[in-house]
Amino acid sequence: MEFDTLLLSRLLTFITLAFHIIFATIGVGLPLYICLAELIGIKRKDPYFILLARRWTRGYIILVAVGVVTGTIIGLQLSLLWPSFMQKAGHLVGLPLFMETFAFFFEAIFLGIYIYTWDRFSNPIFHWLLSIPVVIGSSASAFFITTVNAFMNTPRGFTLVDGSFLNVQPLVAMFNPATPTKVAHVLTTAYLTSGFVLASITAYFLLKGKGHVYYKKALHLSMIGCLVFSIFTMLNGDFAGKYLAKYQPEKLAAAEWHFETESRAKLLLGGILDEETLEVKYGIGIPAALSILAYNSPDAEVIGLNDFPRDLWPPLYIHYFFNIMIFSGMFLAFVAVLYFVFYYVKALNSLHPWILRGIFIGGPLAMLAIESGWIMTEVGRQPWILVGLMRTGEAVTTAGQVFEMLILFTSLYFVLGLLVPVILIRLFSKKSAETEIEKRGIIL
Amino acid sequence: MSVEIIGITVLWIFLYGYLMVASIDFGAGFYSFYAKVTDKKHSIRVVIDRYLSPVWEVTNVFLVFFFVGLIGFFPDTAYYYGTALLVPGSIALVLLAIRGSFYAFANYGVRENSIYLFLYGVSGLFIPASLSIVLTISEGGFIVEEGGHVHLLFSELFSSTYSWIVVLLSIVSVLFISASFLTYYAQRAEDNDAFQLMRKATLIWSGPTILLSFLVFLTLRTHNLEHFLAMVGEFHFFALSLIFFIGAVWLIYKQRYLGTAFIFVALQYGFAFFGYGYTHLPYILYPKLTIYESITGDEMGISLIIAFISGLILLIPSLFMLFRLFIFNADYTKAQGNK
Ligand code: HDD
Ligand code: HEM
Ligand code: HEM
Repeated sequence: MEFDTLLLSRLLTFITLAFHIIFATIGVGLPLYICLAELIGIKRKDPYFILLARRWTRGYIILVAVGVVTGTIIGLQLSLLWPSFMQKAGHLVGLPLFMETFAFFFEAIFLGIYIYTWDRFSNPIFHWLLSIPVVIGSSASAFFITTVNAFMNTPRGFTLVDGSFLNVQPLVAMFNPATPTKVAHVLTTAYLTSGFVLASITAYFLLKGKGHVYYKKALHLSMIGCLVFSIFTMLNGDFAGKYLAKYQPEKLAAAEWHFETESRAKLLLGGILDEETLEVKYGIGIPAALSILAYNSPDAEVIGLNDFPRDLWPPLYIHYFFNIMIFSGMFLAFVAVLYFVFYYVKALNSLHPWILRGIFIGGPLAMLAIESGWIMTEVGRQPWILVGLMRTGEAVTTAGQVFEMLILFTSLYFVLGLLVPVILIRLFSKKSAETEIEKRGIIL
Repeated sequence: MSVEIIGITVLWIFLYGYLMVASIDFGAGFYSFYAKVTDKKHSIRVVIDRYLSPVWEVTNVFLVFFFVGLIGFFPDTAYYYGTALLVPGSIALVLLAIRGSFYAFANYGVRENSIYLFLYGVSGLFIPASLSIVLTISEGGFIVEEGGHVHLLFSELFSSTYSWIVVLLSIVSVLFISASFLTYYAQRAEDNDAFQLMRKATLIWSGPTILLSFLVFLTLRTHNLEHFLAMVGEFHFFALSLIFFIGAVWLIYKQRYLGTAFIFVALQYGFAFFGYGYTHLPYILYPKLTIYESITGDEMGISLIIAFISGLILLIPSLFMLFRLFIFNADYTKAQGNK
């Protein structure tokens, strides 16, 4: 296959976003847990929770730094790689993009204050108050950027006359049909993933035999988040499926290899597709489940791909990414429920090694689900960059050096990707929780 | 005022904000690296820890604000600059990324690592150099449009005297602005070593700053006569800039009113920068793109302005609080804070 500018630009966009989203997701979710830990610590006068908030914050700063620089990259790179897209879309989504930078601003200011003012207030609640703008700011920036992505899927809020946009209604563009489900799903999955990442790290220490109550408290707090948000994720994931059935049926059909329009449509797990004959081998079909996902009724009719011209079919491999996301969602919810059942049933041990192992793999699995979800959404939008208005091929840059830039950025992410874990491990092992507990003289 | 003018004014103010805050930051990184290699007891590093660590993310947002706002108000700029700047823009981004993340690694992660400090210090000089190329390009002559395709003329850009002088000016300015700020800050923190070092640096870089500024004027004449004449027409901006420059250098030389001296430096760059920007209008890119053709529709323009005003209501008190706590707080400047 020839590596043309289009393919290279898509690849570069993919690599940048896939890298950014790791840090962005944690950037959105982690402040919530820090804020909760500090509040509990203050209310219950429990120094372990304060220490927890402090240690999480230290890790958070490193991750946010990488989130900020990769975010700056993607923000500018969209114009560098997709100039015609930004020229057109700029007229329509300038508002949420602009407001996103305000959200960053707000967050950055308070984060700066927050991390340098531990112990500076006589009443610790003032320090806690500073974490609230950080939580709001990071979630608000996720909200705004997600409305932009929603707009790319269901562009609304303008009239198209001879290729130019008239009667632009910025708020209608922002609150398009895809916005509610997308925003809800993106936010809850960010909280869910951050919860599992934290729980996963703690579970690792517990598995290694560290038995301090500090770890148990940390685990329990993060698991509460995991339970709550895994339930919300399944719920609004279901709504996201209903949104797709209504507004982007071709995406849902491609994700499910659902070719013939029919009622009692089955939900397909796994399988191998013969691209010639469009026959599926080895998959497991759950009867009528797709109809339920799409319309809440087993008898509902779900539109199949054959109703669409072939050149508008999204790539069919998104099926696997959809499967990975849903499997992970089920698994995470299962682990969280199990932990709480074991926690509340007196005879059982919620710190059983098998539960801890489940929690431990939950962290990476949640991240995998985030990546898969995005790949399924973004690749499933193809061939459109703005559905119905502009194809990806029309938007791409005409500059000739995309390949060199691809190498340049890939090397950068490679180096950062290696350094971040090294730095984090060094940061935390230099000052382990136990030594800090001792040093701060925390005795209960 | 029309939406175009409000838009470009807002953006230019933020770019000016970035210019000042980032120059302090970039220069400080360089001086801190310099202090390390010459074994100057790291007195400047303490200053940097005190002042810059809490605000580095804010600095970055100024830049993001500028380019996001530019595309919001003037979407056509995405098309021209986006295509032309793929290479220089990407290089600037990689440098920014290295600097930002290594800053965090060195400051919050593992401290005394010379490689991080080197990358952090040196990238801070290359970033302004690569960003200043955008201003050079905006003067026209380096972007051509052939058969619907936009190209950047690399060889022209690299062989142009004007573009090299702008690059040099940007580097020297970074060193000058940040030295003048650190002089003030070191004095507030009562750190005499750092104070003397920074004072000397300010005086050393003041000469090249003003020399290169004149050279930029002169070479602009051959490069873009129209803009040059417009600047001559508004000469008072630049005369004021020169007066504030002289005032600042005098105060620093005399070791008096160092806070005022830094404000003078800010005004020196302020007048020059707004003079430059004002006379650049209506062009965003000579001679292709003006603010009038590239402005977004009224509906979007007005909602951007509303968003901007409501954003400011939120931001100004917060920024005020940040600066109160960290920069203009004598206790904090002296004491060791607590992370
Ligand atoms: C921890 C991550 C995670 C988990 C466990 C799930 N998802 Fe998800 N999903 C995402 C993370 C994610 C995401 C990365 O956040 C996406 C990509 C774009 C978006 O809006 O959210 C997404 C998109 C997405 C879409 C596509 C929306 C669109 O294209 O507009 C659907 C239909 C679902 N999800 C449905 C589900 C269901 C039914 C789940 C049931 C368990 C589920 N997701 C679990
Ligand atoms: C952060 C998580 C995200 C990930 C991992 C992601 C992933 C991807 C992938 C895999 C592609 C390439 C699709 C293809 O060419 O086949 C892509 C394209 C693109 N995405 Fe996303 N995306 C994310 C979020 C967003 C958001 C929030 C926006 C908009 C604000 C966005 C805008 C784009 C654009 C403009 C393209 C290029 C055009 C295209 O290929 O259609 N992405 N992204
Ligand atoms: C849904 C996917 C995304 C989420 C949840 C997200 C969220 C975040 C978060 C949490 C940060 C860290 C900033 C901070 O903590 O201060 C960040 C940085 C950033 N993101 Fe993303 N982002 C996403 C995709 C994108 C896309 C597609 C763009 C480009 C249009 C983008 C632009 C930026 C920019 C410019 C920054 C740096 C801002 C700064 O300087 O502080 N993000 N993002």
